[in-house]
Amino acid sequence: MTARAIDRPTMPAPEDRAILRVTDLTKEFAVGGGFLKKATTVHAVNGISFHVEPRETVSLVGESGCGKTTVGKTVMGFYRPTSGAIQFDGREVGTLNRAGLRSIRRDLQYVFQDPYASLPSRATVNSILTEPLEIHGVGTRSSRQARASELLDLVGLRPALGARYPHEFSGGQRQRIGIARALALEPKMLILDEPVSALDVSVQAQVVNLLDRLQDELNLSYLFIAHDLGVVRHISDRIVVMYLGTIVEYGDVEEIFERPQHPYTQALLSAVPVPDPRNRAMGRRRLLQGDLPSPTNIPSGCAFRTRCWRATERCALESPELAPSDSTALSACHYTGPGEHA
Amino acid sequence: MTATQNRGRRSASSATDPLLKLDNLTTEFTTLTGVVRGVNGASFQVNAGETIGLVGESGSGKSVSVLSALGLIPDSARVVDGHAWFRGEDLVTMRPRRRADILGGEIGMIFQDPMTALNPVMTIGAQIDESLRRHSPELRTRRQRRDRIVELLTDVGIPAPRERVDGYPHQFSGGMRQRAMIAMALANRPQLLIADEPTTALDVTVQAQILDLLLKLQADTGSALVMITHDLGVIAEIAKDVVVMYGGRIVESAPVDAIFHSPRHPYTVGLLASLPRLDDRRAVLPAIAGQPPDPRHLPAGCAFQPRCGQSHGRELCLQRPPLAMVGPDHISACHFHAELAGLDPTDAPEDVPQTEVPAQPEEEE
Repeated sequence: MTARAIDRPTMPAPEDRAILRVTDLTKEFAVGGGFLKKATTVHAVNGISFHVEPRETVSLVGESGCGKTTVGKTVMGFYRPTSGAIQFDGREVGTLNRAGLRSIRRDLQYVFQDPYASLPSRATVNSILTEPLEIHGVGTRSSRQARASELLDLVGLRPALGARYPHEFSGGQRQRIGIARALALEPKMLILDEPVSALDVSVQAQVVNLLDRLQDELNLSYLFIAHDLGVVRHISDRIVVMYLGTIVEYGDVEEIFERPQHPYTQALLSAVPVPDPRNRAMGRRRLLQGDLPSPTNIPSGCAFRTRCWRATERCALESPELAPSDSTALSACHYTGPGEHA
Repeated sequence: MTATQNRGRRSASSATDPLLKLDNLTTEFTTLTGVVRGVNGASFQVNAGETIGLVGESGSGKSVSVLSALGLIPDSARVVDGHAWFRGEDLVTMRPRRRADILGGEIGMIFQDPMTALNPVMTIGAQIDESLRRHSPELRTRRQRRDRIVELLTDVGIPAPRERVDGYPHQFSGGMRQRAMIAMALANRPQLLIADEPTTALDVTVQAQILDLLLKLQADTGSALVMITHDLGVIAEIAKDVVVMYGGRIVESAPVDAIFHSPRHPYTVGLLASLPRLDDRRAVLPAIAGQPPDPRHLPAGCAFQPRCGQSHGRELCLQRPPLAMVGPDHISACHFHAELAGLDPTDAPEDVPQTEVPAQPEEEE
């Protein structure tokens, strides 16, 4: 959280600092198709660029279908990028072969959303935690066991629980195990895909605090994928707001939450229900009209224009670039500017 | 009992008789490992035209309490005690035929997942038509019913309703499906709408549309609404009264402002404090320790006691706390509710331990 270095030289070469740098990433999927039938193309991610600095948390924010999970999985090497570059720790992820990806995974790990589906049911917690070490040939049998106990302790579970099976744990505890597994190889960076959204409300705060603490203790960088904007606000240093595969706003979390410049960000933030009956936003909020267009058929120009109250003819013709706005964040809108309401 | 007793403050507009009144409702599930009480003595009431929010985590009994009152529970479950009065009739002891008249008629239901609640091989129009034939005999002809269906789809904001009426659920987006389900729930002008996590599966911008729609429709039709959800933001936006459940029991019930600004149960207090908010500047969220209890093995006495920040291991907490009246229409099931008087978790001091980083221009990509 607090990782942003103040003593940064005035003109840093950004490549020197970023642990992850995504440049002009595009990912398309072909769906359907078959004999005599042409496949349609899903444009999941369309030319996005962002970076993550060491010990920093950058969140990918947006609604279902905006491509945030695709970005996470492509960075991880689960998908090959259609075009663009992904540099992690000085290495290009997109072109690596299996062995290369394996070596990347010592430093880059993934935590899944669903703690019920992402742990094998027939393995004990200890064997779940030692498996990454075995795969990477780290340590001896006994040192791996010791590491498993250490990992459980790190995520706030009693090491004695290592002999149990995942079904004996609650959702929050399973997510702790999932995090412990991701930490087994002492990675530099975690990609966290909705790590708390499957958890009960009273347990979410525990896991958020755990992630905060681990980041401080282990100097981790996080790429955090989430739709819960309260959690995002709490955990992020900077955020990337996505809509239909493109970045609409990108910058400091506080800046974007306080002074959103892009109409989509404004609509998104105003849609979040406020847990305070004295501050009801109903009736005051900017309700988006219509549905999200299909990613197989993205509107020309600005992808958001079909639902935007500021849209003009220009928006159908020219797609807006991410550019400096009235805030310190970058915004991709021809008519960027503060919201007219609230 | 309890929440139902002190509703005297109600304005003249609401009827003296509550629309729906659960009275000590207790439901048991028979499982392989024994009998589990899903709900244990739940009592609350809903008055005509009002919105009540039912909050709790998974396994708290918030859904089971209402669904068992309506008979919408699996065969392994049984209401073993209590009543659910709907306009003077007991839904629990009612003959199934009579209950089937009421469900879908005077009581409309909205479920979380429209994809499982709607029939995938029937058009939206045919599904609503089925309900109209059953519950609205005054619409005699196909034509009359079709006009009503188009009117309903228009009311819930489905574009091009004359064409969409012949569409199948899979041809609708998630938000549109939820609108279609709301149209179906409203088809027979119910007096009571029960919505079980109606927006949980939706994105926030769609959720805002659906909540907005529910409030508008409620204002137009005057129906009461029971909103079952785990999302305190949703509750704060729409409820008039709130019932908080934990471990199968009601732990607190109060008007919405009291729940959020002067809660008197440690669970409610902890839940509110642990919520990350959009205006949050706290470095560490004050989380509730531990896990929600397994309904099969509830702690003795107060079910929240092992996680409670107020108990400090006091022995009294090993006895079940009675529901105490702590304010106007405000009840709390905590031995030490008095210690929480005057506390407003929403104005917890904002600690700003993060060193303020001077604003730096974004570096170009």
